[in-house]
Amino acid sequence: MSLRIALTRLLMPTLMVAALGLASQAQAAGSPLVVYSARKYQLVEQLFLEYGRERDIEVKSVTDDGAPLVQRLIAEGANSPADLFISVDAGDLWRATQAGLLSPIKSPLLEAAIPAHLRDPDGRWFGLAVRARTIAYSTERVKPVELSTYAALGDARWKGRLCLRSGKHVYNQSLVAMMMVDIGEQAAERVVRSWVANLAAEPFSSDTLLLNAIAAGQCDVGIVNSYYLGRLQSEKPGFPVQIFWADQKAGGTHVNISGGGVTTHAKNRAEAIRFLEWLASPAIQTRFASVNFEFPAHAGVDPLPVVAAWGTFEPKLVNVGKLGETQPAAVRLLDRAGWR
Amino acid sequence: MTSSQRFTPALAAIAVALPMLAVLIAIVQGASGGDTELWAHLREWVLARVAWNTVILVIGVVTIASLLGTALAWLTAACEFPGRAFFSWALLLPMAVPAYVLAFVAVATLDYAGAVPVALRGWFGDGLWLPPIRSTAGVILVLALAGYPYVYLMARGAFLTHGARALEAAQSLGLGPWQGLFRVAVPLARPWLAGGAALVAMETLADFGAVSVFNYDTFTTAIYQSWYGLFSIETALGLALLLLALVAAALAIERLARGRARYAASDAGVRSAARLGLRGARGWIAFGLAASVFALGFALPAVVLAQWAWQVAALDLDTRYLSYAFRTVSLAGLAAILCLALALVLGYATRFSAGRVTQAAARVATLGYAVPGAVLAVGVVTALATIDALWRTIAGGEGFWLQGTVFALLLGYVARFLTVAHGPVQGGFARIRPALEEAARGLGLSTREVVARLHLPLLGAGIGTALLLVFVDVMKEMPITLMTRPFGWDTLAVRVFEMTAEGEWERAALPSLAIVLAGLLPVILLTWRMERAARAA
Repeated sequence: MSLRIALTRLLMPTLMVAALGLASQAQAAGSPLVVYSARKYQLVEQLFLEYGRERDIEVKSVTDDGAPLVQRLIAEGANSPADLFISVDAGDLWRATQAGLLSPIKSPLLEAAIPAHLRDPDGRWFGLAVRARTIAYSTERVKPVELSTYAALGDARWKGRLCLRSGKHVYNQSLVAMMMVDIGEQAAERVVRSWVANLAAEPFSSDTLLLNAIAAGQCDVGIVNSYYLGRLQSEKPGFPVQIFWADQKAGGTHVNISGGGVTTHAKNRAEAIRFLEWLASPAIQTRFASVNFEFPAHAGVDPLPVVAAWGTFEPKLVNVGKLGETQPAAVRLLDRAGWR
Repeated sequence: MTSSQRFTPALAAIAVALPMLAVLIAIVQGASGGDTELWAHLREWVLARVAWNTVILVIGVVTIASLLGTALAWLTAACEFPGRAFFSWALLLPMAVPAYVLAFVAVATLDYAGAVPVALRGWFGDGLWLPPIRSTAGVILVLALAGYPYVYLMARGAFLTHGARALEAAQSLGLGPWQGLFRVAVPLARPWLAGGAALVAMETLADFGAVSVFNYDTFTTAIYQSWYGLFSIETALGLALLLLALVAAALAIERLARGRARYAASDAGVRSAARLGLRGARGWIAFGLAASVFALGFALPAVVLAQWAWQVAALDLDTRYLSYAFRTVSLAGLAAILCLALALVLGYATRFSAGRVTQAAARVATLGYAVPGAVLAVGVVTALATIDALWRTIAGGEGFWLQGTVFALLLGYVARFLTVAHGPVQGGFARIRPALEEAARGLGLSTREVVARLHLPLLGAGIGTALLLVFVDVMKEMPITLMTRPFGWDTLAVRVFEMTAEGEWERAALPSLAIVLAGLLPVILLTWRMERAARAA
């Protein structure tokens, strides 16, 4: 009967796939290292594989945004298979420590390699790559001498010439959080309002679109993470946009981190610490940051030539954990100031 | 009817509703303990604006998608015009393009710095004004192009089976062809049109990817903002429940408006009437409409994607794509079969029992489509963790029983996509007249025989539609797959996520194109069968 044949046809693949699923579960013999990573797979894949080969273990990972990974860790609790959590923003690491998901580790190696403002004072997370959020300008319509601070982008001369990414993005939220820490909430809100009043176009959904808009002439200045420009410059030589290091005479440029911490319920804690130390070692630091045109967190390691060409800069030395703590207040500020 | 006969459908319906019920309970629990001060902030600065934006968006998208879907379905099902045979299946292809991909292609090519405006300014000078794509109209247009195939598919099924006859009946009453469409065919097809429109509305409400590309704030972006930005999952889940309550209210109103009208059109064994020939200019207007929708919704985006993919193929394309594609297709296929089976159970349950419990269970089971995927995923993960904890207390041991298995993934898909299978199956059931069943029983057929010889053949089109819709939707699904997939179970959509998360949309073209290609096959298969079935009738 055709119904029966149809059912068999449908059930067979079902069972086969289910069996496959079980088989892939059963593979994990030994003691694998399990990483929940908000840093995307193509940026860490090679390093995961290499470490696995070096140590003869399996490095298993899943990727997702930081917030869902944190939520997953909360739901899984003491039974979570995760040993390590890697994020692309200090806010998520701060959030994870608030929920008790990360445990302090004592590692002289990590403490020596990573500057104090880029790691948790209690050793629950460590920055591994530095992302600088600064001013990008059109080389055709703006002279660097016209630029100085983030706040000055609210001046009348930039009316209708400024482009911003969406205020719903964490990179902007942590920038505003930094300003709040730096100059206070009211002053920060005034700055944000002055930026919004200067916008040349609705905020963009990505830094890359924003940089393209500057290149095409829709606006003249914007605020971006520098590595987006690194990518564009290496793909399109002569791309008419350059980096200006903001706030060099006002405390330094805003930086955020991509970093990681060992989970509270790690089953393979020793290996997780060892992996973090390996990632922070000079040779690996170069590659960890370079693959995405970021700056190595290790103070003694140089960035890529295309990145180094933007010159050196003074970072703001506020502990990046403070950014996470201030972020919810920054989001409310953005809502009030109308930065969509 | 004995009590066991009344009891079984209710039980079956509750069983089908269980996944969504578990998720819903987890969400309700998670929503408690929200920060009241935060709620005050949202009320003062956020809610009114996003509610207004959401209403405008849903009304705009549903209106345009319904008009396009109905008009095109009518043209290809009941009329004859140049290219009709091609368009009748090709107009379904935009369904294979995820809304977030369509949105990005639109913004990347049509915004100020995009290739098209750059070229136009090159020809006509820098002063040329162009309508901004990143606007309310732009986001409505993109979501309508991504959503109209749902209406088209449902409406076409209805029109193919009784559209032409409705027209004949209208003519015999002295009405012209267009009066026939609006006064006879559309009212007759109303349950299917409403079903398609409801899917579009729910998809629009739950969309995050496309509206983010446009930076258009909706209820869903506010949910994400509360969670990601304000670190308050409680508030995010609370907002999701508020959204869900509004959807449930809207659906209840729709039901009330439809009233007690029964739609049952027998279609077996009646020969289709001749198509209405559109000659001359009218034929070409029809062609123009179909061609431009096809071009904007599918052909042009596919060309752009192919061009981007070509640029990065050397960097990225390797044998891994085979396993991405294999996993994507397996998961989509599994979920489609599972959702269809549950939708059939639910269809039978509601057909044989009008009891309150059954109806309520059916409503709960089909709510998931209006919930943003990420919220649903949180519900799934939380619910499974609870079940696993329970399992450990009972059976001992440690680790997970369900969490991190394919089962977790399928549970999420069922909770979210059961609606999508339910609509067409329900539409199919509505077309089987109870009198037909009575006659079959009068002839001494057993229940099994009624199902096998009467229901399944008549449900054929609905079953095909259900399978296709779930399959394509699961392939495009991102947040549930991300949050609940087992280690190593990366799909094409996961690959798109990884590429786009750092703004590298061009590099995401390859997996996006792969999704589109993998989605084509079932679309073509289904339309081919629909055509054959219509021709045989």
